[in-house]
Parts: sequence; C-alpha cells; structure tokens
Amino acid sequence: MNLMSFAPALPEIFVLVMVSLILVIDAAVDDSKRYLAFVLSLATLAGAAFLTARDLSTMPVLALNGLFIDDPLSDVLKLFLYLTTAVVLVYSRDYLRQRGLYKGEFFVLALFALLGMMVMVSASHFLTLYLGLELLALSLYAMVALQRDSSIATEAAMKYFVLGALASGMLLYGMSMVYGVTGSLALADIAQNLADGTDLRIPLVFGIVFIVAGLAFKLGAVPFHMWLPDVYHGAPTAMTLFIGSAPKIAAFAFVVRILGEGLESQVAEWRDMLVILAVLSMAVGNIAAIAQSNLKRMFAYSTISHMGFMLLGILAGTQNGYGSAMFYVIVYALMSLGGFGMILLLSRAGFESDRLDDFRGLNRKSPWLAFIMLLLMFSMAGIPPTVGFYAKLSVLQAVVEIGHVWLAVVAVVFSLVGAFYYLRIVKLMYFDEPHDSTTVSASFDARALMSANGLAVLVLGVLPQPLMAVCLHAVGASF
Amino acid sequence: MTYTTAIFYFFAAILVFAGLRVITARNPVHAALYLVLAFFTAAGLWMLLEAEFLAIVLVLVYVGAVMVLFLFVVMMLDINLDRLREGFWTYLPLAGFVSVLLVIEMALILGGRHFGLDVMGVPDPHPADYSNTKELGRLLYTDYVYAFELAAVILLVAIVAAIALTLRRRKDSKYLDPAEQVKVKRNDRLRIIKMPAVKKPGAGEEGA
Repeated sequence: MNLMSFAPALPEIFVLVMVSLILVIDAAVDDSKRYLAFVLSLATLAGAAFLTARDLSTMPVLALNGLFIDDPLSDVLKLFLYLTTAVVLVYSRDYLRQRGLYKGEFFVLALFALLGMMVMVSASHFLTLYLGLELLALSLYAMVALQRDSSIATEAAMKYFVLGALASGMLLYGMSMVYGVTGSLALADIAQNLADGTDLRIPLVFGIVFIVAGLAFKLGAVPFHMWLPDVYHGAPTAMTLFIGSAPKIAAFAFVVRILGEGLESQVAEWRDMLVILAVLSMAVGNIAAIAQSNLKRMFAYSTISHMGFMLLGILAGTQNGYGSAMFYVIVYALMSLGGFGMILLLSRAGFESDRLDDFRGLNRKSPWLAFIMLLLMFSMAGIPPTVGFYAKLSVLQAVVEIGHVWLAVVAVVFSLVGAFYYLRIVKLMYFDEPHDSTTVSASFDARALMSANGLAVLVLGVLPQPLMAVCLHAVGASF
Repeated sequence: MTYTTAIFYFFAAILVFAGLRVITARNPVHAALYLVLAFFTAAGLWMLLEAEFLAIVLVLVYVGAVMVLFLFVVMMLDINLDRLREGFWTYLPLAGFVSVLLVIEMALILGGRHFGLDVMGVPDPHPADYSNTKELGRLLYTDYVYAFELAAVILLVAIVAAIALTLRRRKDSKYLDPAEQVKVKRNDRLRIIKMPAVKKPGAGEEGA
C-alpha cells in the first residue's frame, strides 16, 4: 500500500486533521476568541467540500483494501452533509452563546460526528460501516449531554446512549450472522456470495432480521422509535437540529449500502419487514404528532413518519426507489433544518420558543419569518408547489412501480392525517393573536440563511428535476 | 473424549458458573471478583482456539487494568443492595421467559445443523512457526489500517467527551494553583507598614 492509495479518502483525512487542530487551538485561546473554532469549523467544511468536489468520481472506486468506496453516491451525499452541517453551525451560534454552550467542544464533536457520517457514507465493508456509525453516535451522545445543568438533557442523553448501544448490539449481532453465512465482511463479497445461492437460509434470515431491527432503531422507525421524542425534546435545540438533519442523510446511505448493496439478492426477505416498519411509522408518527403541544416533540413524531416514507422508497428495491428515497432524505434534511432552525431563531436568552403557543401570531411580529415557516410546513405536509410534494410523489411512484398500490394509498391517507398538524401551525401564526409583544432578535446571517432555506424549499418544488437527476444519476452509477 | 475437549468443558463449566455468580452474588466486590474469574477462563478458551495473543491481552488488559479499576469503583460506591434488588422477583418470570426463548432460538440457529463441522469444515492447522501476534499486527497495520485509525478516532472522541462532560470549574469550590504558589514573592504575602507609635485613646483606660 503506497501513499497514493489514501487519495480517495482525502476529505476524511482533511477533516480529521482540521478537527485535531481546532481541538488544540481552542484549548489555547481564552473565551473572547471562541469564534475561532466557529470560523475554523466553517473553513473545514468549505475545504472538505472543495476536496470532494474537485475529485468527483464517475464510477465506484474501491480503496484502502476494500474498506472504503468512492462513488457518485458518496460524493453527492458528502456534499449535502457539509452543507447541512454548515447551516446547523450558523443557526445555532446565537442559541449556544446565550446558553453558555458556545465552546470548542461543540464544534469539535460536531465535526467528529461529520467525520463518522462521511465514513458511513463511503463505507463498503461492515467494519467501516459500524465504526462510522459508532463515531457518529458517540459524538451525538456527548453533544446531547453537553448542557450539564439541565436534568432533562442529561436524561435524554442517557436514554439515547442506552438505547443506541442496544441498537448497535443488535446490528452487530445481525452482521456477525451474515458473516457466518457468507464468510466475508466486504459488501461486494457478501452480495456475490449470496447471489450464488446459499443453503444456510435460516441463519441468513435470522441475521437480516437483526440487521433490519438495528437499522430501524437508528432511523427511529416504529416499533423502535421510543427514544426519539424524548431525545429530540430533551436535547438543547441546537443539538436537536443537528441530530434531526445531517445524520438522516448518513442513515439513508447506511441502509442502502447494507440492504441495497450487500443484501441485494435478499430483497424478498427484507422488503416485507420494511413494509411493516414503514406503515407503522407513518401511522404512529402522524397520529401521535397531533397530540403534541411541544414543537420539538411534534417534529420528532413527524421525523418518524418521514422516515417511514423514506423506507417506502428503499423497500421498492429499484434504482428509481433508491433515487427517490435519496431525494426524499435530502429534502427532509432541508425541511428539518428550517423547522428546528426557526425554533432557534425565535429563541432568546432564557426563553425556548419550542411550544406551539410560542408561534401564535408570528405574522404580526415578523411577516417574513412567518412566510418562511409557512413554506416549510407546506413542504413537510407535502402541499404543492413546495418540494415536499414532489418528494412524496416520486417515492409513491417507485412503490406503485413494484405493484404495491395499497401501500401508496396507505401512505397518502397518513399524509393527509399529517397535514392537519402542520397546517395547525400555519393557523396559529396567521389567525391567532400573539400573547406577548416581544420582537424577533435573530442575527442577520441566520435570518438570511433561513430565508434561503425556506426559498430553496419553494424553488426545488418548482424545479425538482435537476436535484432528482443528480440523485438518480448517483444511484444509477453506484449500484 | 480427547484431552482438548476435556479442557474445553472444564473451562466452559467454570465460565458459566462464574457468569452466573456475577449476577447472583450479593456482594458487589464478590461479583467483580467472579467477573475476573470469568475473564480468566474465557482467556483459557481463546487459548484453545489458538488465539494466544488475544488470550494474553484479555488477561493483561481486562483482568489487570479494567477490573482493578472496576473494583476500586465498586469499593468506593455505597451500593444499597436491597434497593437494587427491588422488583427482582416480580420481573423474574417475564425475564426468565424471554431469556429461555432467546436461548432456544439461538440453539436452533447456531446449533451443529447450520454451523457444525460437516457444514463449515475444520480450519487448516497452522505450521509450527506461525505467530498469531505477528499476523494480527500485519493485518491491523496494513489491510485494516483504515479501520484501525477510525477506532483510534473513536477513542479520541471518548476522551474529548469525557473531559467536556466532567471537567468544570465550580465557582463555589476553591482550587490551588501550584504555578501561582511557586511564583509567589515575599512582597505578595507580607506588607510592612510604617506607623507612628500613638497611644490609643481609651484603650489604656479600659485595661485599667
């Protein structure tokens, strides 16, 4: 192995070097220079984006002895990961500063989590998939617990940690069964081995069950969703914003790599499991969200239903299915950024704007932000002309293509149920009186970014084709 | 029964016994000591699998370091056993049922029918000069160097997280700074003030 064989992993190496640098620099400077970590983190993201974009691959390249894969799918997803993380950092800056969390550790842990996601996205081996997942998960546990004086955050971190460890255990157990059957941990070898046929059907299915259960835990699909509302609610909103956006993109890659790449020939086995997960997630997520009065909890249940929707695309098991699921998850990350970002923007020192009542009469206080929130809610509900509509439509098309028309009907019904609680926020903002006379005190850059975020939802809804083409191309060239 | 099989069952029996005692022992220190025994016998089993390096590392790292730390922690904590055992008997039927199901399921899948010697075959024996340690090192630092580095990064995250979550300067507790103590000068501690000697009015009267 010579030095050049590390070249495909250059973005990862760059991020690791930079995060170590930030760690050292931040330990050396005093409190007045905390912005250094912020600026350096954004520079890291820009640098990594440059390195990834400079070397866009047109076909899959295996590197580092088959542990690492550089393909269009990983390149596109990595670029979106950088973008999402950068937006998270800008949105959360004021919030963190007001709560004494504006410390180097936040940025270091966020970048470590990003590194974990990058590893997951371009993993071609069970070993790297798992290590990337753990790197992400450990950073997230610590980020949730970072607000030590809040008992609710500590409780959320504890729950997240215990259940996350349990899920990792299940995932590992399933992986070890698949290893026992195929004799390999490399996804390509596993796919090859299984395509040739195996007489060890029962252990294989046993392993797939555990893998799917572990994945469902990580995605937060019903019936493995219990941790999600508590963690979303308990974590400081800036951490919730992070957990709710970028890791979903990585989780999509994780699921598609394992099921679509490694266990491709076993689609008949895992499709039925995913159907159950998807239907239950959409049902529980949409119905339970109606009963919530806390916006973070409501978005948590909405996440569950959105993950169910994304699973619809994956369970189709076709290129169109994967492509539309990828489109869906990117769009979801965008909407989630907007939703949680809005809570951050409306929060002030000592005041969390995370109850539904806090959005009462937002139109009076700030018509522009209310309009942006309207766009985001329309998009989450799937109302045209926002992009949420197109994302849902393309996933449903993929499901209908494989002949599961009933599944599409169920999905539409639950989307209609879900539209209720999204539109309730719109009603609160536009038709109710504000119950206090405070003004919105968000910084200019966060406001500008939020405007871009909301308008992107609209623009992508009118012109979804370019992004859809990128997704389909990435999936087509990678599988 | 060959000699190796006999050794296997010997170690396995002790391992299962020790494992059971870990969860049933009343005294947490005893439980920790049984865990040491469990690790030690597990190392013996690994030795049988020709994984000498891992067996020795298990004893050195887990028994030598981790368990000692564990023992210290257990001894320092004031653990109320009766409170911990509350609800043990109420949950036992359900927990027992679930565990029995798990064991049956695993026995069905992992039994000889799927992973037995006639399915998987006996691995080739290694030549006499085969070094387990060397092979592990070669794999770790060449083929799996990427995974190895990632594991290192995970440890780094653990360090950062542990420090971020526990290190805090509390305002209400007092700290000593050795550097400041060493740098102290005579003038910082002692202030000599020149004062004219005056008789305090009233002081003499009271004394008298």
